[in-house]
Amino acid sequence: MPDPDLVISVRGLRKSYGEVEAVRGIDLDVRRGEVFAFLGPNGAGKTTTVEILEGYRKRSDGEVSVLGEDPEHAGRGWRERIGIVLQSGRPDPYLTVRESLALYAGYYRAPRPIDEVIELVGLGAKAEARASSLSGGQQRRLDVGLALIGDPELLFLDEPTTGFDPSARRQAWEAIAGLRDLGKTVFLTTHYMDEAQRLADRVAVLARGEVVARGTPEDLGDRESQPATISYRENGHSVELETTNPVQTLNELTGKALAEGRDLEGLEVTRPSLEDVYLSLTSEGAE
Amino acid sequence: MSGLALVAHQFRFDQKAFWRNPASVFFTVAFPVVLLLIFATVFGDETVDVAGGIETTTYYVPAIITLSVISATMQSLAMSLVIAREDGRLKRGRGTPMPPWVFIAGRIGNSIVVALLMLALIAALGRLAYDVPIPWEQLPAIVVTLVIGAAAFCCLGIALTAAIPSQDAAAPIVNALLLPLYFLSGVFIPDDQLPSGVIHFADAFPVRHFFEAFFSAYVPSAGGGAGLEWGNLAAVAAWGAAGLLLAVRYFRWSPRSG
Repeated sequence: MPDPDLVISVRGLRKSYGEVEAVRGIDLDVRRGEVFAFLGPNGAGKTTTVEILEGYRKRSDGEVSVLGEDPEHAGRGWRERIGIVLQSGRPDPYLTVRESLALYAGYYRAPRPIDEVIELVGLGAKAEARASSLSGGQQRRLDVGLALIGDPELLFLDEPTTGFDPSARRQAWEAIAGLRDLGKTVFLTTHYMDEAQRLADRVAVLARGEVVARGTPEDLGDRESQPATISYRENGHSVELETTNPVQTLNELTGKALAEGRDLEGLEVTRPSLEDVYLSLTSEGAE
Repeated sequence: MSGLALVAHQFRFDQKAFWRNPASVFFTVAFPVVLLLIFATVFGDETVDVAGGIETTTYYVPAIITLSVISATMQSLAMSLVIAREDGRLKRGRGTPMPPWVFIAGRIGNSIVVALLMLALIAALGRLAYDVPIPWEQLPAIVVTLVIGAAAFCCLGIALTAAIPSQDAAAPIVNALLLPLYFLSGVFIPDDQLPSGVIHFADAFPVRHFFEAFFSAYVPSAGGGAGLEWGNLAAVAAWGAAGLLLAVRYFRWSPRSG
């Protein structure tokens, strides 16, 4: 590995299922200690990609290095260093939180203390409860705990909150945000814009098997340089102005209104939201 | 942990989960007991024209142990592995450093231990409630027969998971295969009441061979010799080997649905 800080490095990754090309030439770099979000709509190729990185699937073409090894040929030593939360999965319903963690702890050479993991994922009050009695959000947090028990350097989370109610999502987010504080590298897939915005240091947007944008959540899709919209009401009509220089336009507009003694009812300046950028990126060229 | 210590670790948690699961305890442990009580109550006064004529209860004790062993192995494994597969636990386990065979070995250990417990339970019940003697001098033959059968039916259970697409389909598929074979193989209906054509048909399948081998081991007057029916055991083992080959080729770790 030329750069030891590069935890995941992907070049020209392709994956075909028969005639269908699910992943069409992806490049990715994930650095140590960052939370990286892989954002895209359903069917964009997120799970295919993450399962190639996890060693579950074989790629059709391209170079993949995860923790310095090719996941297709990596062995037990490599698995000691990664943690996986699958898109769907349920812990054994008849084992308690503590027992499930103890079971998984036995798989690793140097597991984290079980009580520490229970606290990390906020299940202290449920430690002796069977998994069948946990809510969806709590089961997901146990799932994150099972991925953490081996004290991995790198965690994969595949759509960790899909199908959750708002409070379960918040609980899962807190558990994931805690991972960064532990110094873990996190590779997260999601189709929720706000999830990427809330959790990630860097984002890559995937659409139809290709990366269509990448950057920090703030500057994704060059949001700062996109025209802003100024809107207000005048004589009962709503007026909208698009401008690339909102400070100047606004100054002229309000100066004129003040001079004429008029009010600008409902005056608002809006920038395209991350959601707008995401939707325009992922819908381009789509049927 | 070494491979063996890992298997013991996995086995310990499989045992916990097994005994806490009401469905597995009912179908694997309670159901055979209920069957024995029903058969003994309904046909208790009759004799079976096998091995020169024996008490019905003497016939049903080894028959129900045969069913218990198949239930603890093939049936229980096929169902629990499909549930674990569809819940994503098999796939998740593959993402850990644990070698995949450890998971399977833990489950097989669980099945064989439960099968041995059922042997003890049904044999004791037969002795206490119906005065069916426990053939202690036959113990080596009984255990050898049981372990060969248990191992073979474990392999068949693991192979069968490949044909089960979902959790809901597990019980119907397993029962559709096994229930008719129990009837045709003399497990539910004594041999002397089955037409010979039926027995010949059942001879093609492992349930009949395992029952014959186990019956000879448990009722020494039926077979003579050491109670080991090598011909039947070879047929059972051949089925097991075929199951193992199919399992190695077709077993899936990832959920089929979703």
